[in-house]
Amino acid sequence: MSLAFDPAVDFALLLAVLAIPLAGYTLQIFLRRKLPHGDKLLTAGMFVVMCLTVYFGAKGLHAAYSGERFFHHSSEAGLEFGWLYTAGTVPDSMNIVMGVLYDPLGAAMLAVVGIVSFCVHLFSIGYMHGDKRYPIFFANISLFTFAMLGLVLADNLLVLFIFWELMGAMSYLLIGHFSHDPSQPFFHRWATWASKKAFLTTRIGDVCLFIGIFMLWDHFHTLRFTELWEHARLAVVENGGAFPAWMTWAGLFVFGGTVGKSAQFPLHIWLPDAMAGPTPVSAMIHAATMVAAGVFLLGRMYPLLSPEVLSVVTMVGATTALFAATMGLVVYDLKAVLAYSTISQLGFMVAGVGLGGVVAGMFHMTTHAFFKACLFLSAGSVIHGCHHVQDMRVMGGLRKKMPITFACMLICTLAIAGVPFFAGFFSKDRIIQAAFLRVLDSRHFDGWSLYALIALSVAAALTAFYMFRLIFLTFYGEYRGNLEHHRFSESLARTGYEGPDPHEHAEPVVAIADHGHGHGEHGAHGHHEDAHHGHHAQPQVAHAAAPAHVAHAVHAHAEHGAHDAHGHEPHESPRVITIALAILALLGVFGGHFWLFEPHKVLHAHPWFEQLVTPASMYGEEVAHWMAPEPTGHELEHHEHLLHQSHNLALIVSSAVALLGIGLAFLFYIVRPDVPGRIVAALGQVYTVVRRKYYIDEFIDATVLRANWALTRLLKWLDENVVDGLVKLVARLNKLGGSFAAWFDKTFVDGAVNAVALASQVFGAAFRLVQTGRIQQYAAFAMGGALLTAAWLILA
Amino acid sequence: MGLGAYVAVSAALFALGLVAILARRNVIYILMGIEMILNAANINFVAFNRFGTMQLDGQMFAIFTIILAAAEAAVALAIVLNVFNLFDSVKPSEADLLRE
Repeated sequence: MSLAFDPAVDFALLLAVLAIPLAGYTLQIFLRRKLPHGDKLLTAGMFVVMCLTVYFGAKGLHAAYSGERFFHHSSEAGLEFGWLYTAGTVPDSMNIVMGVLYDPLGAAMLAVVGIVSFCVHLFSIGYMHGDKRYPIFFANISLFTFAMLGLVLADNLLVLFIFWELMGAMSYLLIGHFSHDPSQPFFHRWATWASKKAFLTTRIGDVCLFIGIFMLWDHFHTLRFTELWEHARLAVVENGGAFPAWMTWAGLFVFGGTVGKSAQFPLHIWLPDAMAGPTPVSAMIHAATMVAAGVFLLGRMYPLLSPEVLSVVTMVGATTALFAATMGLVVYDLKAVLAYSTISQLGFMVAGVGLGGVVAGMFHMTTHAFFKACLFLSAGSVIHGCHHVQDMRVMGGLRKKMPITFACMLICTLAIAGVPFFAGFFSKDRIIQAAFLRVLDSRHFDGWSLYALIALSVAAALTAFYMFRLIFLTFYGEYRGNLEHHRFSESLARTGYEGPDPHEHAEPVVAIADHGHGHGEHGAHGHHEDAHHGHHAQPQVAHAAAPAHVAHAVHAHAEHGAHDAHGHEPHESPRVITIALAILALLGVFGGHFWLFEPHKVLHAHPWFEQLVTPASMYGEEVAHWMAPEPTGHELEHHEHLLHQSHNLALIVSSAVALLGIGLAFLFYIVRPDVPGRIVAALGQVYTVVRRKYYIDEFIDATVLRANWALTRLLKWLDENVVDGLVKLVARLNKLGGSFAAWFDKTFVDGAVNAVALASQVFGAAFRLVQTGRIQQYAAFAMGGALLTAAWLILA
Repeated sequence: MGLGAYVAVSAALFALGLVAILARRNVIYILMGIEMILNAANINFVAFNRFGTMQLDGQMFAIFTIILAAAEAAVALAIVLNVFNLFDSVKPSEADLLRE
């Protein structure tokens, strides 16, 4: 396979990329009883997909480095079809022509999805082993991958929306994976509730996006991205250089889709609860699929967003980044910390796009996918190793017990914290640079940019802080899982993790205790069945080959109480898990910049992503020039000065806040572990507000859900009284008519029928007399009749 | 000899056939009676054709009737064989299942 582009071959391969996960899903769903190794098969298929997607990414990079235009549509290979007509190119205002778009952004995203999905598959072989619905899990996660790949390759907004919705459905199924396991009442209820919450919350965004699509169709009569960009440019030029008002509305509605899917304020509430699903699903949702889809949509639709929309985008993104980071500071559930960090990082991406740094936002989406997938899978490995405990208060000291997991998680934590040379640094630095560009440039300066700059810098510091809080709590200090309950409380007091009792409040909307705290309670008792004795002493591979105990640990942990109060030592996870972690950790280091291979370029050359994806390569020269005209003469000098200045400032600020956050975390959780408790005590009510997630769930509960309930009750009343009344009236009339008909039927119709029957009976009895069966007698009768007839004829 | 002679022969033949059908106890005789009646009809066809104003219509009918009689005899003999197998008899008075 060469790196030159060949439409026929390459589009066939792209279709194979789509077809493999879909075929895997179909096989697994229909033949799972006949395929004993369906999981391995699907993982192998995903390996092929990963190779193909990486190949396509490499192809894009090759073209980018050699300066070729890299933007292909499947019509080059004759692959496109119409919504209403089979001939794809019928010029009709009702015909939506669909095809595959293969552009730099898509190539980068494709590689990310392929790699992360493969790692998640590999990880799941170890992690989900023994699960009751193991084959279904693999099938669903394959279809999830298919949906994301399809979304990336969609060449028009409608196809994108179809895959977008498919992804919503799959996330519903996967978050609710444990909801079909009635042996686990706690998981059962929480998973059911969380999957519904995720589905319905994102639905609000989806409806917004659909309205936006309608508006664009209504005005432009096309949904193909390339045409939309061009139409937007023309519409603005026709309107005298300003965006028409309707485009602002359409842009806001499209952004509504991102807010729902990418968990932006105020629709972020579904994402923390999405961890009710198995950990690999969380890795999938938080990294390469689902939340990335919303940011990806922003990247695709960027030329259509007016400055007003971009202000809103900036505001929402920066707010989300900051306030999710504050929530990340106070939770104890390992996965919840990561969930809030995802929301916060998504806020970075969205704000980056809003600030005009669309490339920076997309870049951060790419690097974030690598390290966030690694972080979630590492967290899964820790949870697996600690026998399904998720509360960080009962972890600690795992560094020596799980060295590989620790190394991977540390690398990716450095990456997400934005420490120089790790993947996250390069992309986060670009977003902060975009903010500086806006703030320093007097022509573009506005209040929101300044707000975003401050919010993002603070959020970056907080990110470094809470991520290292996670590392220190989980991997440093002493292992706290073996402690008796009262000693556990003491140790908490000693290390300063005192807050309001998490069991005081029930979860809003439905009364379910917070998952993480429930785990903490059970985890404190150390809950493992006897079958597990001795397993961790065996080699790691043997662990993977012992299905029963893992399954039991997944499903039965909440049932174990104090009677089983002997904690087990945590152990390193099986090799399939650590390999998946290592792949992603490697990308956590090099995913942003191949700095080890080109050390002289680190500070001044563009990272690979910026080589591949530029506004010109994404949207075409013309549109890119329209969005940001090339500066000339004096302006050019000014522009370069600004670029230089913002670059330096961003470099300093992002490194400084990262190191500040890490330093503070080190101070609070290693050097002076009593400080956090005192701070919490000093903050008092403020802490409670943050701990309770700013009461947003309660707020939505009190407003949206209450209103919905009231409306439902009203409709129920209307239904029972008005609609049912009408129906009953009609029924009564019908009954009346029916009884009359019945009387008529019995009297007249049946009477007539009976009379006919009686007559037949009488005649029959009479004719039976002459019916002797003797043919000669019959002949005689016939003869007699003939004679009589003849006689009558003659005599008459 | 006029038409009357032919008709007389035909009527006699018919009467003989009728008697055979009505009075005989053996189904073979009944079949023979039927053949006689058919032949009586044939004579009438040919005679009326001869003394009427038609062309060859009567003769045509006669030929048809002969063919019909042959076919009928074949079928009837088959029926008789089956009747014999069923009732061990060729007396029509004993085959009275038509009453059922």
